[in-house]
Amino acid sequence: MVSAEHAPIRFDLRMIASTIEPGSRVLDLGCGNGDLLAWLVVHKEVIGTGIERDKDKAAHCIARGLTVLQGDLNSEVDDFPDGCFDYVILSQTLQQVFAPDRLLSALARIGRRVIVSFPNFSHYSIRLQLLLRGAAPKNDQLPYSWYNTPNIRVITLKDFRDFARQVGYRIVREIDISTGPAAKEGQIIRRLANYRATYGIFIIEKHSVSGTPRKTRTNHG
Amino acid sequence: MSGTGGTSIGVVEKQFHSFALPPEPLVLESGARLGPVTIAYESYGQLNAAGDNAILVAHAFSGDSHAAGHYPGDRAEDKPGWWDFMIGPGKGLDTDRYWVICANILGSCMGSTGPSSPNPATGKPYALDFPMMTIGDMVTTQKILLDHLGVTRLQAVIGGSVGGMQVLEWCLRYPELVRAAIPIASTMRHSALAIAFNEIARQAIMADPNWQNGNYYAGEKPATGLAVARMVGHVTYLSDEAMRRKFGRRLQDREKLSYGFGGDFQVESYLRYQGSKFVNRFDANSVLYITKAADYFDAVDRFSALTPPAAGGHRIKYLVVSYSSDWLYPTYQAKELVQALKRGGQEVSFCEIEADCGHDAFLIPDPRLTRLLGGFLDGLG
Repeated sequence: MVSAEHAPIRFDLRMIASTIEPGSRVLDLGCGNGDLLAWLVVHKEVIGTGIERDKDKAAHCIARGLTVLQGDLNSEVDDFPDGCFDYVILSQTLQQVFAPDRLLSALARIGRRVIVSFPNFSHYSIRLQLLLRGAAPKNDQLPYSWYNTPNIRVITLKDFRDFARQVGYRIVREIDISTGPAAKEGQIIRRLANYRATYGIFIIEKHSVSGTPRKTRTNHG
Repeated sequence: MSGTGGTSIGVVEKQFHSFALPPEPLVLESGARLGPVTIAYESYGQLNAAGDNAILVAHAFSGDSHAAGHYPGDRAEDKPGWWDFMIGPGKGLDTDRYWVICANILGSCMGSTGPSSPNPATGKPYALDFPMMTIGDMVTTQKILLDHLGVTRLQAVIGGSVGGMQVLEWCLRYPELVRAAIPIASTMRHSALAIAFNEIARQAIMADPNWQNGNYYAGEKPATGLAVARMVGHVTYLSDEAMRRKFGRRLQDREKLSYGFGGDFQVESYLRYQGSKFVNRFDANSVLYITKAADYFDAVDRFSALTPPAAGGHRIKYLVVSYSSDWLYPTYQAKELVQALKRGGQEVSFCEIEADCGHDAFLIPDPRLTRLLGGFLDGLG
């Protein structure tokens, strides 16, 4: 069987997991050690697939019974059949993606909904550091210096809302949270989220269930 | 989860099953008829009453059915079976849970019918009268053997290199019997590079004057040709990194260059040793037949046309493994397989293992592979 840790998973992952219906088909891009995927398989009986670039992490995932492909997520998403996932999860990975617009277009083909989470760059601690210290900001969520960060993009909640619409997505739900990078606990932020939330979680979709005009098929049979 | 320790399976015995007796020979993929056919095999653990806890291990080109344990007459220095680190109680393929079977491939010379076996029509070895057999024919004979032994379901089919081709063929021919498939360091078809090295091996054998058009069984073996064939093969199973690490330019039993052809370098001495060792255990005609079967193998079209489970096709769980330094069946070929499986709606895991040992890395004890296979099998539930 798939082995899930008995300890609770990270708060941000728990928030993501809470939005997924039992039995869904889930693709986790950049699944790391597979904690979220294992939790979903065990507790929500999802049919899960992960993609992870790191060979040791991918091997760790497979050895705990998960279905995981070791490889680059940008190219791996291209080979799945149309609409084969209910949810595609991009958990704290978007800030490391070279071409986010191209990736989100590819995800619309294979998944019904996409869940994107990322550290919020407009958090007040980051604003204050830039304002008062004049140095590239660092905090618990973004602990790197400019010269060693894997994060090639900085994203704010507001930026992502605009971006999602620009690439043709509709925001189904937004959950803004305040939590640490490894914390098991946290809060949902409802007021002044752009200042106060450390992470944003967005559930987006391209094809709404109703309202989209469908092509009428002519039956030549 | 299965650990990487475990204990030895202990003493094992090679067994034989003969079938396709007159008047009903086996019809091969080429249409040729062959009979009787004997397949040598070994099994480890206990097949349950339902016959559904079986794992088939398919061996590579020059391998045999002796995958684990020792034979009763083994001396202390004799090596155990070729995958002893993987198969046994508490090991990656845990014989406390699974019944593991390995059969010698058709066309080989390690107990199964091949070109060195007696042709019932003449009483002499078949030699080149042996019909050309395919990877598909190897799988057919394995299926007959498993039916005979009462196997109803394969929990997994696992194999490296040419063994991986048999794994793929199993998934295409008998998908209803296969729950999971693990092709390791394998490919859907040979590249020109792989065919080229096989052709060099075959030419080396056929150019040996002792080969005699394959009819050498009464006289001298084509030992030189077979040894050269093995030397070529062995180089393709290694890698640049592994050879630099193992040999570099170090000299063998000498301090200075000899300025002659006696073999100055360690790598020369090593290849000569590997070549002569192979001559003692393997048949030259079997090399010709098996390399040709591997060259003919091409599963690309069939994997590209898989019916997804959602459309009524069979559901097999795949784990595809490649090695970073394998230049015979490089990772891009494993990825082509993964791509075809994804498009066919199959559940597939893939991992490239970082190792400098080249193609043969799956034969070298490595806890990473053991953990990967053991954990994947545990995950089947």
